[in-house]
Amino acid sequence: MYDRPFNDNSYEQFLKEEKLMGSRCRKCGALALPPRPICVSCFSSEMEWFQFKGSGRLAAFTSIVVAPPFMAKEGFNKNNPYVVGVVELEEGAKIVGRITGVDPKKPDGIRVGTPLKAEFIRSGQGPDEKTYLAFRP
Amino acid sequence: MAKKRKLSRGVAVVGGGLSKLGLFKDRNSKDFFAEAYLEMLGSVDKGVDPKDIDAIYIGNFTNDFFVNQAHWGPIISDLVGHVPKPVTRTEGACASSALAFREGVFAVASGFYDMVLVGGLEQMSKRTTEEVAEGLGTAGSPYEVAAGFTFPGVFGTIATAYFSKYKTNRETLFNVTIKSHLNAPLNPKAQFPLTIRDFMNTRIEKCRKRGEPVPEWKDEKDFLRDLSANPPVAWPMHLFDCCPISDGASCMLLVAEDLAKRFTDEPVYVAGIGQGSGYSLHATQNITSFEATRAAAQEAYEMSGLKPEDIQFSEVHDCFSIAEIIHTEDLGFFKPGEGHKAAAEGLTRLEGLKPINTSGGLKSKGHPVGATGVAQLYEVWLQLRGKAGKRQVPKKNLRVGGAHNLGGTGGTCTFTILERR
Repeated sequence: MYDRPFNDNSYEQFLKEEKLMGSRCRKCGALALPPRPICVSCFSSEMEWFQFKGSGRLAAFTSIVVAPPFMAKEGFNKNNPYVVGVVELEEGAKIVGRITGVDPKKPDGIRVGTPLKAEFIRSGQGPDEKTYLAFRP
Repeated sequence: MAKKRKLSRGVAVVGGGLSKLGLFKDRNSKDFFAEAYLEMLGSVDKGVDPKDIDAIYIGNFTNDFFVNQAHWGPIISDLVGHVPKPVTRTEGACASSALAFREGVFAVASGFYDMVLVGGLEQMSKRTTEEVAEGLGTAGSPYEVAAGFTFPGVFGTIATAYFSKYKTNRETLFNVTIKSHLNAPLNPKAQFPLTIRDFMNTRIEKCRKRGEPVPEWKDEKDFLRDLSANPPVAWPMHLFDCCPISDGASCMLLVAEDLAKRFTDEPVYVAGIGQGSGYSLHATQNITSFEATRAAAQEAYEMSGLKPEDIQFSEVHDCFSIAEIIHTEDLGFFKPGEGHKAAAEGLTRLEGLKPINTSGGLKSKGHPVGATGVAQLYEVWLQLRGKAGKRQVPKKNLRVGGAHNLGGTGGTCTFTILERR
């Protein structure tokens, strides 16, 4: 389907193309997201690309008040916290990402189990342009 | 292949030292290590000739970043007069010195050396809080860091999964914080030798002096509920759920078991030693458990022939309040989902059934990351020799204790069982 190495660079390139791509082991069928060059279930290195639909449920989350420097540059701080979390996708794999469309200032109201859908957020320009994976209810 | 692992010869601890923990901007890592080393030499009951030390293993996470100086092995060897003996630095993030201890144990067990010095050091006070957070973050999973997680954020995330799975909430974590701060005032090396009540009184005093309204908290939990007293860091982790930034160093002297009585009539023996590695948050099967801890514990229990109920007390890696609860479950002290109940019932208090973090733990004793693993073992060693002073575990026939150290967000974990025979 795609002739790209099963690594983090390819994963990020796919995010830029607004695709959530992982790997599937040709031997045992195990899914990995982000993709892996070696299957951790059967140790095979025969992989194929697998596109995830991007639907899932919130498995765990946090609302970050004290932001790391690169998030502070995006304008996040103690008055403007942000939510990140672990999402369990309907295909079974889990992935981490930002959680949008919830109130970071009222984390007590955010529920584990909330159905979510993937979205792709662009930030920065030129060589600094990045696409982040996010999920929204 | 899974097999029951054994040391080919036994290893004993015959000395230990720990520097006072805290923020010491006008001192450096060498000062901390010299303090710990001199205490260690003085602690060997029948004395030791430092010339007999065959090799050194020293844990350090990232003084490379914190003080812009790497390659701490020869600096320490030179400091304590052991050049040109071999010195090896180990790195396993916040578990760095537990790895040094483990390598030292293997070196003696193999018969290659008879006596080794193991220890750790870290100096975190020269950087701002934001910089320290960034430095520690380099030990996180690359995917989590890129998504914007911080260390408190990862443990906060684990906490929300725990709350949801076991139908509880952040108030249950208050018990861990309150207990930690009950033990620390009994530890003269602790960075925060203060109870939560002490923090409350200090704040009330401050408000009185400034003529501001005096806060009225019903009790310690009410104080921890107050966002102005206990501000959020990464939900549901608030300030008092998080360990501090610290400076310090630790060390221990290991010898072959058959030589131990030359140095002391009360050696403490390595009964079991285990280490494991772990997945990132997204790849782990179970968010409310650390596979690295479970693997380390299994290895240590199998080696020692001991069971979780045989461990009379333990230090565990309470970098965040939720972590202590999960470790007490992963180590088998309590069933999954029951660690928080045990903390609420007081079972983990000094006088409880299973005292946890008698030193005060990372939360209030302090957490100079590279020194922590051996600092935990130092506490167990003190307790087993009945030399823990006011925080001595009040049990008759104290014989077996554990130390659990965690690196990064669970990528490296160790569990070590020490025993007195």
